[in-house]
Amino acid sequence: MSVQFEVNGKNVEVEVEPRLTLADCLRHHLRLTGTHVGCEHGVCGACTVIVDGAAVRSCLMLAVQAEGAEIVTVEGLSNDDDLTPLQKSFRKHHALQCGFCTPGMITTAHVLLSEEPDCDAARVREVLSGNLCRCTGYISIVEAVLDARSAYGHKDDAGDRARERR
Amino acid sequence: MKLPPFDYACPTTLPEAIELLASHDDAKAIAGGQSLVPMLAFRLAQPSLLVDLRKLADLRGIRISDAGVTLGAMVRWRDIEEDERLETAHPLLKAAISHVAHYQIRNRGTVGGSIAHADPAAEMPGIAMTCDAEIAVVGKSGAHVIQAADFFQGALTTALTTDEIIVEIRLPAWPAGRRWGFQEFARRRGDFAMAAAAVFYDQDERGKARNAHVGVIGVGDRPLRLTAVEDLLNGESIDEATIAKADAATSAAVEPQDDIHASAAYRRSLVGTMVERALTSAAAA
Repeated sequence: MSVQFEVNGKNVEVEVEPRLTLADCLRHHLRLTGTHVGCEHGVCGACTVIVDGAAVRSCLMLAVQAEGAEIVTVEGLSNDDDLTPLQKSFRKHHALQCGFCTPGMITTAHVLLSEEPDCDAARVREVLSGNLCRCTGYISIVEAVLDARSAYGHKDDAGDRARERR
Repeated sequence: MKLPPFDYACPTTLPEAIELLASHDDAKAIAGGQSLVPMLAFRLAQPSLLVDLRKLADLRGIRISDAGVTLGAMVRWRDIEEDERLETAHPLLKAAISHVAHYQIRNRGTVGGSIAHADPAAEMPGIAMTCDAEIAVVGKSGAHVIQAADFFQGALTTALTTDEIIVEIRLPAWPAGRRWGFQEFARRRGDFAMAAAAVFYDQDERGKARNAHVGVIGVGDRPLRLTAVEDLLNGESIDEATIAKADAATSAAVEPQDDIHASAAYRRSLVGTMVERALTSAAAA
């Protein structure tokens, strides 16, 4: 079947079997290997991509279901020249070791921070509970996401403290 | 594992979708796919054709009226989470749905898909059972309504025939002042419940419980209503002594099985505790 959608701002048309997942379509047909496939049944979150603005597990979606959708992968969240604020924060806080889960962490955190720049640590933990990391123990990941909030319009910490004092 | 081969169709009308389901052996409807695709990946399901319901706009939308809350089959968990009207129109639904799966799955998973999948530990079938929901379906022979109590027939087994599609789930009206509680235990929030309890009751002029409903999930082959526990609550004040009796009666009323997640004895004890906590929070409201 032929399917057309947009990936990272570019229109693509691919010929796929109906059984092909969006994850495998991105990796094998479009060579966007930043999206990682861990468990292939919707548990690990490594394959998270952004479909029409929402974080979605690309192993639980068929490529044919993406017809007409706007998809952003982890490649679409980086820029060529420099690390993005979210990437910088992950590096600063050592929020990755082997890096396998990182694409899913970045895509998920990006949607969360875009929608809820004022999220607290509990909310970050709740949202990232759908992404497994076997290296870090999560603490550094949560810190990295919290630290990146300022780049998404979070009111600054000094403001938080001032409000608490009042 | 990779999915088994199947054909795919994406009809734009309900009659077209029903025709596709009826005219193929082993055709299966796909809504959000958050249960079905893992089933395909494990090869537990090998349909010849998947009929995607995503273009059926009539199946979307949450309607709230004097008759209650009607959830279109294609309503996603996220839609419920974001609908502020439900805070008063159906707070029990809203509380239960906050336990369904993780962030990414909540963006795709649907009410109708969960009901049709009928996992015995899933929240939505539990709420449907607890609240006497009506499940409206359409098939080759026309439209009809199935009571939740008749719908769930076993683990992953329902009254739905192969050519039928769930169109909506109707929850009876929720009166203001109704007492309710929802408690779930899972190792990680968002994972399937080891056990959970949904309870509600109204109160008569003397403050005694009436119309008590007690539903549990994760402790049988389907979501359960515990009438023995309800009988014990009706006409009583929901105080510490009554709640302790309900805890014991709950454990006595269920027959959970041992599995890799928990022993039968543990689940039996746990579900009593869930009912105890749900009633405690209901009474404290």
